[in-house]
Amino acid sequence: MKDSCAVVGIGQTAYGKGLPDTELSLACQAISAAIDDAGLRPSDVDGIAMFSMEDGREVDVARNVGLGDITYFSEVGFGGGAGCGVVGQAAMAVATGQCTTAVAWRARKRASKTSRPWAQVSDRVAGHQQWSRPFGVLRPVDEIAMLTRRAMHQYGYTRDHLANVALAFRKHANRNPIATMHAKELTREQYMDARWISEPLCLFDNCLETDGALAVVITSADRARDLPQPPAYIHSFAQSIPQQHQVMTNYFCEDPLTGPAWACARLLWERSDFQPADVPVAQLYDAFSPLIPLSLEGYGFCGRGEGGEFTDDGALEWPHGRLPTNTSGGGMSEAYVHGFNLVLEGVRQIRGTSPNQVADAACSLVTSGEGVPTSAVLFRR
Amino acid sequence: MSDDFLLPDLDDETSAPFWHGTARGELLVQSCGACGAWRMPPRPMCPHCQSISVTWVPTSGHATIWSFIVPHAPLLPAYSELAPYNAIVVALDEDPSIRFVGNLVATETGPINEIDPATIAIGEPVRVVFQTVEDVALPRWVRR
Repeated sequence: MKDSCAVVGIGQTAYGKGLPDTELSLACQAISAAIDDAGLRPSDVDGIAMFSMEDGREVDVARNVGLGDITYFSEVGFGGGAGCGVVGQAAMAVATGQCTTAVAWRARKRASKTSRPWAQVSDRVAGHQQWSRPFGVLRPVDEIAMLTRRAMHQYGYTRDHLANVALAFRKHANRNPIATMHAKELTREQYMDARWISEPLCLFDNCLETDGALAVVITSADRARDLPQPPAYIHSFAQSIPQQHQVMTNYFCEDPLTGPAWACARLLWERSDFQPADVPVAQLYDAFSPLIPLSLEGYGFCGRGEGGEFTDDGALEWPHGRLPTNTSGGGMSEAYVHGFNLVLEGVRQIRGTSPNQVADAACSLVTSGEGVPTSAVLFRR
Repeated sequence: MSDDFLLPDLDDETSAPFWHGTARGELLVQSCGACGAWRMPPRPMCPHCQSISVTWVPTSGHATIWSFIVPHAPLLPAYSELAPYNAIVVALDEDPSIRFVGNLVATETGPINEIDPATIAIGEPVRVVFQTVEDVALPRWVRR
């Protein structure tokens, strides 16, 4: 399916807290905007790929937005791991002729129960959570903090490395007018003095909590040529559930620090004409700062255990860093919409419309949640 | 949202023998009835040989700390009251790929927020203890 499909439309709502509209309404607004951006009509859309966690279901979205007869619909689970998954599944459906034009999106409200699965527990837990929740490993930040401490011990990650991540993304957000943290600068001193959330992770190691929705339109390369926007071709796509993986509390396999990125990366690069050294810009899933060094390792930008050091010397910062990363501010400083804002920023880097545009980016990597069954997509011009 | 501690659902058929074991003061793991491989958390099928035959075997209860965290509020209310506390992952001496999440406590009945987190180190040897909360015996760990 290499380069046979492209993202031809992007759309989104404003970001906010306590937005009055429902998640379904937000989803429909973002999808409608993306279809407009693509220069298409809602009735041209005949495919849907969506997060399983979506509150607004495919039938509701189709009836509200006025989509055409839908001949392909699918879901991807595991929250933040699904962003590139839905884009790639939509592309596979177009590439195989199951539909001609598909939409994928994420709509999320921080106060919504379906958006915050960790907060909807009863006082008896079954399944894999019974092995961690009773002991006070309650929130996603606790689950990732456990892996972070291990990486600090095993690989030498430091708080300075994590601060490198937080500061780089904040600088990018400071240049992005729509970013939640656009007007708020962050210093290393502020980072070091911040309150703990779950040691070794502090406030600024965490993503934001955001209301909002974002959507993309995907169609064939043939059709994309007649549409107004520069196509972001889907050059390579992969998903992964690595062997013996357990969602979030991935402590029970042979090597927990070899996360889902590793298996995802193998297929992604195998299918790609570009290799990590060729990638000029990346959007790496950043629900928590330590996911960045872990992803840098998993996707092959450095060796195993070298992700912390990679972040030194402004490596993640636009414009001069070795790999400008999360150039819209990412989940930590633009908005946290389960990583779907990373997908749109990956497309903007191809279009040349990022607030922190990497000059002549030939390709642009986007990854989804590390720590859960995941996905990644490599766009090209 | 719960006001209480989160406890395992003892009606979960797959894991019930584990919790029955802790209630008797035993730390059990599943052992494949065909190939003998240990597995934790419990599950119906052996990923090595696909047998669904399972036996439960006692372990030494000796382990080392593999990682640890110190959660701070906001948390669920019962946990917020104790925060900051520690949570640890330990690797079992007999097979370090068998790991458990727990807490480091100073004594068999000690609370989870008693030990100064600055003194906790990866690699510390620990021994299991069982602390009863409502109708469940939770495996926690003391230094040895």
